[in-house]
Amino acid sequence: MEKRSRSFYVLAAFFTVFLIFLYGPTLTIGILSFQGPQGGLTFPMNDVSLHWFRDLFEEQAVGDIWGAFRRSTALGLMVMITTVVVSVMAGLAFRKRFAGAGVLFYLAITSLVIPSILISLGVGLIFNQLGLKVHWASSGFGAQLTWTLPFGLLIMFAVFNRFDKSYEEAARDQGATAWQTIRHVVLPIIAPSLIGVALFGFTLSYDEFARTLLTAGSYNTLPLEIFGMTTNVTTPVIYALGTLTTLFSLVIIGLFLLTVWIMGKRRARQGSDAGKGV
Amino acid sequence: MFANSKLIGWMQAAPLAVVLLGFLVAPIVMIVIVSFWGATEYSIYPAFQFDNYAFLFGSEVTYRVFFATFKYAFITWAFTLSIGFTVAYFLAFHIKSQSTQIALFLLCTIPFWTSNIIRMISWIPFLGRNGIANQTLISWGVIDEPLEWLLYSDFSVILAFVHLYTLFMVVPIFNTMMRIDKSLIEAAYDNGATGFQTLRHVIIPLTKPGIMIGTIFVVTLVMGDFITVRFMSGSQKANVGRLISNDIALLQYPSAAATAVVLLCTVLIVIGVLLRFVNIRKEL
Repeated sequence: MEKRSRSFYVLAAFFTVFLIFLYGPTLTIGILSFQGPQGGLTFPMNDVSLHWFRDLFEEQAVGDIWGAFRRSTALGLMVMITTVVVSVMAGLAFRKRFAGAGVLFYLAITSLVIPSILISLGVGLIFNQLGLKVHWASSGFGAQLTWTLPFGLLIMFAVFNRFDKSYEEAARDQGATAWQTIRHVVLPIIAPSLIGVALFGFTLSYDEFARTLLTAGSYNTLPLEIFGMTTNVTTPVIYALGTLTTLFSLVIIGLFLLTVWIMGKRRARQGSDAGKGV
Repeated sequence: MFANSKLIGWMQAAPLAVVLLGFLVAPIVMIVIVSFWGATEYSIYPAFQFDNYAFLFGSEVTYRVFFATFKYAFITWAFTLSIGFTVAYFLAFHIKSQSTQIALFLLCTIPFWTSNIIRMISWIPFLGRNGIANQTLISWGVIDEPLEWLLYSDFSVILAFVHLYTLFMVVPIFNTMMRIDKSLIEAAYDNGATGFQTLRHVIIPLTKPGIMIGTIFVVTLVMGDFITVRFMSGSQKANVGRLISNDIALLQYPSAAATAVVLLCTVLIVIGVLLRFVNIRKEL
């Protein structure tokens, strides 16, 4: 089309400002977490040190953050695996017509848009009335699935809308059973998207707050623990913790993206056309 | 064979259905039931009374808080839409290389996978009384006294909403824009349309589904929120979500449930209206 117009530069500037808006605050607390021992919650920097990070690793006054971290990681993995498996199955189901498909679809959408506090309150009430103890691995796990599964399902819709059915037909023509077709044709083709579903499953669970609030029981997940800290911790130690968990999230995201990228490379090298149908 | 494939379809859909029945439908039913119950200071007891609703609709606070909730939703929607649309437009139509496009798009989405709580906390050094914003403005001589309304105000609440939720606009709008046939735009230019006319008469109408999906996300997230309002307003402002969470903190579950039912109905009505403009499944 046309040469780079004036509007390109205006929009590029706008985009840059948007990125600064998006990342600026996070970078700021990243810098401030290196405050000296006497430093406060804002600039100026009072010396530079690792004091607040060291604080996190000592027997602290800041609560059980490492326990919370372990629980959040375990829960994230549980939610991730469940989300991938259930979403793929549901995605396959929705390609066939089955009675109740419309209802189930709208339930999934409701699950996505319902105010999170309703899930928290409702699940909490049910467990209370049944005399069950709320626990992050039971009620918390289920509550988080109501948030991650709709995302997984929507991704599967996007994947299967672009899926070229002739691959499956070819497999069937050559005598593959339904299961063999899924195992050796469908799953390899959609594999990169499954990595995406897994990424959603893990990170959305790892950072989930509102739906876990009343359903985690007496052992907090990390976001709950951090939120608890905001009311009584007034030192940069909270920035150090924020920076560490953000770094952890970034490493996880990086790993997932790297996996997708490597898969793409390997396919290209083997000359396989798997995935081209997506 | 046909019956068989139907059965397989049901079995494949079953796990999703079970989770949604157990952790979505059952909780909603439970909330509706409990909204008719009664409560003492320490416990709740089964009943069938309309006291909770009568109190809710009889209180002037309710209307004020619902109004505030709509206000937050509307203002946040206006900002996220204009920012999100501009960003998506830039990515979709001004970046020619596909790998740059993907890289920049990822840059916009990565914060979505990090913690909202921490992203809220990270505004404190900016907006506080001695924060970066005030220090900068004072050193520039724009103001003499620190601005008090930067943190713990409607301003900071909406700023945080926009910060957290703009990507819910960027992603669906970008997605629909990428599917616009580029030849339509060239045709518009060939016929002598200006850039603005093309935007107004070609791109915006074709982007409407993405705008609608983004709108549904942003409006429902803001209307159902309680934590952003609580944290960014320093507990000084209220929306419906906070009304519910305050009742929960006081163990007044029936009252919380009644408010939750009204909130849910409100959100569903809003979505029902928005869904009239878009077919979600077609747009993925």
